[in-house]
Amino acid sequence: MSDENPQKPAAPAPASVAPDRATSEAIEPPSRWTVALREIATGNAIISVLAVLLALLVGAIMIAFTDENVQKTAVYFFARPGDTVVAVWQSVSGAYSALFQGSIYNFRRPGFEAGIKPLTETLTFATPLIAAGLGVGLAFRVGMFNIGGRGQMLIAASVAGWVGFGWDLPWGIHMIVAVLAGMLGGALWAGIAGLLKARTGAHEVIVTIMLNYIAYYLVSWMLRTPGLLQAPGSSNPKTPAIKEMAVFIKILGPQYNLHFGFLLAIIATIIVWWILNRSNLGFQFKAVGENPNAARVAGINVKSMYVYAMLISGALVGLAGVAQVLGTVTTGFSSGIDAGIGFDAITVALLGRSTPWGIFVAGILFGAFKAGGFSMQAAEGVPVEIVLVVQSLIVLFIAAPPLVRAIFRLPSPGSRQKRTVPNVTKEVAAK
Amino acid sequence: MSTTTENTAPAPTPAPVVVLAKTVITSWKAPVAFLVFTLAMFALAIFGARPGDTTFRLSSPADAIQLPEVVVPSAPTVWVVAILLAVVTIVSAAMVRAQKRVPLWLIVIFAVLFMFGFLTWAAAGSSLPMIGLLFGSLSLAVPLIYGSLAGVIGERVGVVNIAIESQLLAGAFTAAVVASVTGNLWLGVIAAMVAGVLVAMVLAVFAIRYLVDQVIVGVVLNVLVVGLTSFFYSQVLVPNAAVLNAPPRFERLPIPLLGDIPIIGPVLFKQTIIVYIMYVAVAAVYVGLFHTKWGLRLRAVGEHPQAADTVGIKVNKTRFWNVALAGAIAGLGGTFFTIGTGIAFNKEMTAGAGYIALAAVIFGQWDPIKATLAALLFGFASNLQNTLSVIGSPVPSEFMLMLPYVVTIFAVAGLVGKVRPPAASGKPYVKS
Repeated sequence: MSDENPQKPAAPAPASVAPDRATSEAIEPPSRWTVALREIATGNAIISVLAVLLALLVGAIMIAFTDENVQKTAVYFFARPGDTVVAVWQSVSGAYSALFQGSIYNFRRPGFEAGIKPLTETLTFATPLIAAGLGVGLAFRVGMFNIGGRGQMLIAASVAGWVGFGWDLPWGIHMIVAVLAGMLGGALWAGIAGLLKARTGAHEVIVTIMLNYIAYYLVSWMLRTPGLLQAPGSSNPKTPAIKEMAVFIKILGPQYNLHFGFLLAIIATIIVWWILNRSNLGFQFKAVGENPNAARVAGINVKSMYVYAMLISGALVGLAGVAQVLGTVTTGFSSGIDAGIGFDAITVALLGRSTPWGIFVAGILFGAFKAGGFSMQAAEGVPVEIVLVVQSLIVLFIAAPPLVRAIFRLPSPGSRQKRTVPNVTKEVAAK
Repeated sequence: MSTTTENTAPAPTPAPVVVLAKTVITSWKAPVAFLVFTLAMFALAIFGARPGDTTFRLSSPADAIQLPEVVVPSAPTVWVVAILLAVVTIVSAAMVRAQKRVPLWLIVIFAVLFMFGFLTWAAAGSSLPMIGLLFGSLSLAVPLIYGSLAGVIGERVGVVNIAIESQLLAGAFTAAVVASVTGNLWLGVIAAMVAGVLVAMVLAVFAIRYLVDQVIVGVVLNVLVVGLTSFFYSQVLVPNAAVLNAPPRFERLPIPLLGDIPIIGPVLFKQTIIVYIMYVAVAAVYVGLFHTKWGLRLRAVGEHPQAADTVGIKVNKTRFWNVALAGAIAGLGGTFFTIGTGIAFNKEMTAGAGYIALAAVIFGQWDPIKATLAALLFGFASNLQNTLSVIGSPVPSEFMLMLPYVVTIFAVAGLVGKVRPPAASGKPYVKS
């Protein structure tokens, strides 16, 4: 990943320095706690946590500055600064506690069953984010950037929706067929980009962006054309409701919205983990991602890897679209069914560093932001777009670990700690 | 693609002069593409024949010089055009057989003929306001052209600028707010350029200083600016719309004499000052890139940073300031959305224009003039859809809207020509 690049220039220490360090450390080895602290402070986990904190801090500043009470009290800030501080605290804590109560646990509701509902909402929002994030992350590992999540989701949703409301199949089979058909649709749509990259060298970023628009207009047209996707007897660009046979079951009972799609997302995570870490295909994927030229020399068919990767990536993104139509919005959908998940998935994959379980956790985090963001808007009147700002800042900070280290004055990995004893070389010591 | 090698130096005996092998690369892509479009035109003539006459209105009532309306019978004209297209296709095939390249002028003739045939077919039984069609095309293309100029500069200097979208949006936002508050349009323009520069500088710092993947920074910046502008729009602009979001607009500024030329006068020279600045910007970027020291250095940094560094050009500094310049241009383009047309700022009002500008950059082969033409093509396609939906076209509007993107995919996939990006575009430079 890109975040490792900055460390490369710093990593190889000059050869002449190495013996010095050996002697100085031999004189007084650093204590075990120092070593442990350094490892924690230079690790990736601390960077991720600090990035989230920094982004939330920026969000807090934005909330405070645009809050009406803060603006009113700021007028007489120098007369009574306490008022401003209280107003800032109220606006920020109000917004963030609404965010928490909308995404994890609502203390205002009686009983555990009602209180925990926000967490199930978070997981529901996380489902498509995880699936699509896995797709984008898998493409990243092969060195490709699948920015076409929107198009792939739209196509997958249309195909799955069409199977879902247009066909008649027994319970269970109907759902499976709809899921597979949707994933196939997404895979083929992404496969166009993979095939063009393999055959003509067309850059997949441009092709997938263009395919987003083509899919959008194609689906919009199908949605307003009777006989294709439009609900019969309606003039709205909207499909009929999905048949009961194909709808995902609610896995925690009817009072929660969490549906079978979340289990599919977990299964997908396991499968992607297996592909990347245990399978021959995954080994070839990673080899191509690290260095396509070396992979080609090693006898890997780089071009077909591009096609396979895009097919799998598209199928995973397609699963996100399927989860939307069969799980979340089952009463018929319109052309906004992708709900920006295709783009959110990119930030999810970046935050998860393109590892399957990292994406899983990142997907849940962003699902929490989504679920909480809406309740924050409803309760405190803070526009939900603040979530976009926080999310993108998190990714920016995580992508540039040196920046976070500079802000918090953390040591960089591989750097030497400050010397506490005078540097004595062997020659000097021998005298 | 077929490659023919005429080896003129088989000489078994040691030749006094070394004659290099001469390679002529000919491509069947153009004739094949021509054939597809010709067959499409025949299909329209045979299966989609529409009765009535098509009227092309070449001047609007306000023009100084009035041109007569051109009326052609629809069905026969489509036939004639289809046959002419077939002739051009045969000529191009013959040229490729004779190992010649298909010249650009033939492609242009084909495209114009095809467009004329298509318009005649689509507007059968009604009249087509050509001035309005072309004027609207140029208007829709203005932000795309500014954006693609920014993209060309960025990629030529070695930084992929996916963040054009966010620079346009930031420009539109600040222009609307500053112009509304101060009442001064030019302050709005300057503020928009500053906003574009700021976004570009974030891109440059992350891409050059922190070596983050440029595409990733660009995408994340797009999300960030959408979030920021939408947040401030809902939180600040909507409650105080009268003060903060009621931008004045640039009035149209007809240029005397030039504005009276039939057809091109009203299209090109009765526009706002932002459009005139755009003409200058296109010319300046073109001349600057290919005929000045600045452009030579910029291209050297984008093609081969090591070589540029060796001769003493500061690679990362050059990249930083040129990306900032590109941001200023894109920010200026963003003004078109708000103070260029007098529309109040709205959430995500650029609606993907930055991505289309990016497509224009690649379609235009990283050349400012060609990128401008590509942007004009995109503007034309979207406006054609508007015009045809007004007069009632037989083609669903979604397919017209889809067209620029399909064309771009074909272009990128190499049907139009070999597309080669600057060699070091997207690659950070670490001095070793």
